Amino acid sequence: MRLTCTVNGTEQHVDDVWEGESLLYVLRERMGLPGSKNACEQGECGSCTVYLDGLPVCACLVAAGQAEGRQVGTVEGLADPESLHPVQQAFLDAGAVQCGFCTPGLLVATHDLITRQGRPSDAETREALAGNLCRCTGYEKILDAVRLAADRMAEPTAGGDR
Amino acid sequence: MDFLQPATWAEALEAKAAHPDAVPIAGGTDVMVGLNFGHLRPARLLDLTRVADLRDWQVADGAVRLGAAVSYARVISELGDRLPGLAMASRTIGSPQIRNRGTVAGNLATASPAGDAHPALLAAGAGVEVASARGTRRIPIDDFYTGVKRNAMDDDELIAAVHVALPSGPQQYSKIGTRNAMVIAVAAFGLALHPDRRAVGTGIGSAAPTPRRAPAAEEFLAGELDSSGLWESRAELPEATIARFGELVAAAAAPIDDVRGSARYRVHALSVMARRALTWAWADYRNSANQGA
Repeated sequence: MRLTCTVNGTEQHVDDVWEGESLLYVLRERMGLPGSKNACEQGECGSCTVYLDGLPVCACLVAAGQAEGRQVGTVEGLADPESLHPVQQAFLDAGAVQCGFCTPGLLVATHDLITRQGRPSDAETREALAGNLCRCTGYEKILDAVRLAADRMAEPTAGGDR
Repeated sequence: MDFLQPATWAEALEAKAAHPDAVPIAGGTDVMVGLNFGHLRPARLLDLTRVADLRDWQVADGAVRLGAAVSYARVISELGDRLPGLAMASRTIGSPQIRNRGTVAGNLATASPAGDAHPALLAAGAGVEVASARGTRRIPIDDFYTGVKRNAMDDDELIAAVHVALPSGPQQYSKIGTRNAMVIAVAAFGLALHPDRRAVGTGIGSAAPTPRRAPAAEEFLAGELDSSGLWESRAELPEATIARFGELVAAAAAPIDDVRGSARYRVHALSVMARRALTWAWADYRNSANQGA
């Protein structure tokens, strides 16, 4: 079947989509957007987290056809051409990236958290990121990155230490 | 594989009547796992996410009519005061990503004994509104679960909504797993106090072939509250009453040993969760009187 949806603000058309495949497969294998990672394929790990009509979801659990006409936002859409998004920069600066496989999903989930809640408490962060597994960092550096990103996004002009 | 995408409820029912083998998909949190792992290869998927009616909820006749496609996230954010037990259960489900997609109706359609919504629905009292091209019927929640991952629906039927009575007293929910987040229940327990009809509702999850109530525990506790005038006095519950309630809840379970836990552990956990849930709910009941005074 043919699928048409808007990804990171651009309308995309893909043909020969199998009816049983996931939005994640479409993004990675048919649209050339491999940022969203494919790990568990059962909604346990969060590595494929994308926005679907503004809500973070696991792309592996969205049937391709369910995305017809919808707005999809992936990790590739966070940065602008000149610079990384403050969430991405904070993950780098805080050392929250090791092997990097979970990072795209965590970036999208963190972007959603800070967009909704501004400066989340640590408890709110743990709850919001509970669906994103990281096997490298032990999460402490990720919590550092969330605090750093939230601070910078709250005071964009004061972030002079980049 | 065909991908059927009805735009209206009438079209959805027509499609299901024409293709009873079509697998309905809404949040996809169960169906897509089956597809991704090759366990599920249906001839047709029936996508219900375009049917706007299914995303609504209303309050009528003392109950919430919860449309089949309302997500757990919305149960939590929009219905926490009207469906307290179900909202508590919803908070324990998966992750934010899962709660943004998964639905109570999907939990019912899958009918896993470990589904987190079931104990809350059993305790609160619920009815499942199912429909087909032939008409609509209401299945009481006690009659809905017929076996492991089996329910009382016919092949041409779809879930339209779940009707859950508004609370007249406190509700509580307790779930135990191997960790707090992203976990399938090893055992779960839902409790609702119904002071309006001087009754108690319970629901047990992950500890029998189907979700089930603990009728002996309900009758025992309602009897104690009645005979000791506790509904009116709101005095402290005797320890012996709390302990006996826990024993009777555990006795209603029929669990198995599996990878998540032993039957013995599940029975023990249920007695503990039942005691805790009752202690919390009774404290809420006593507090609500103080606040009202």
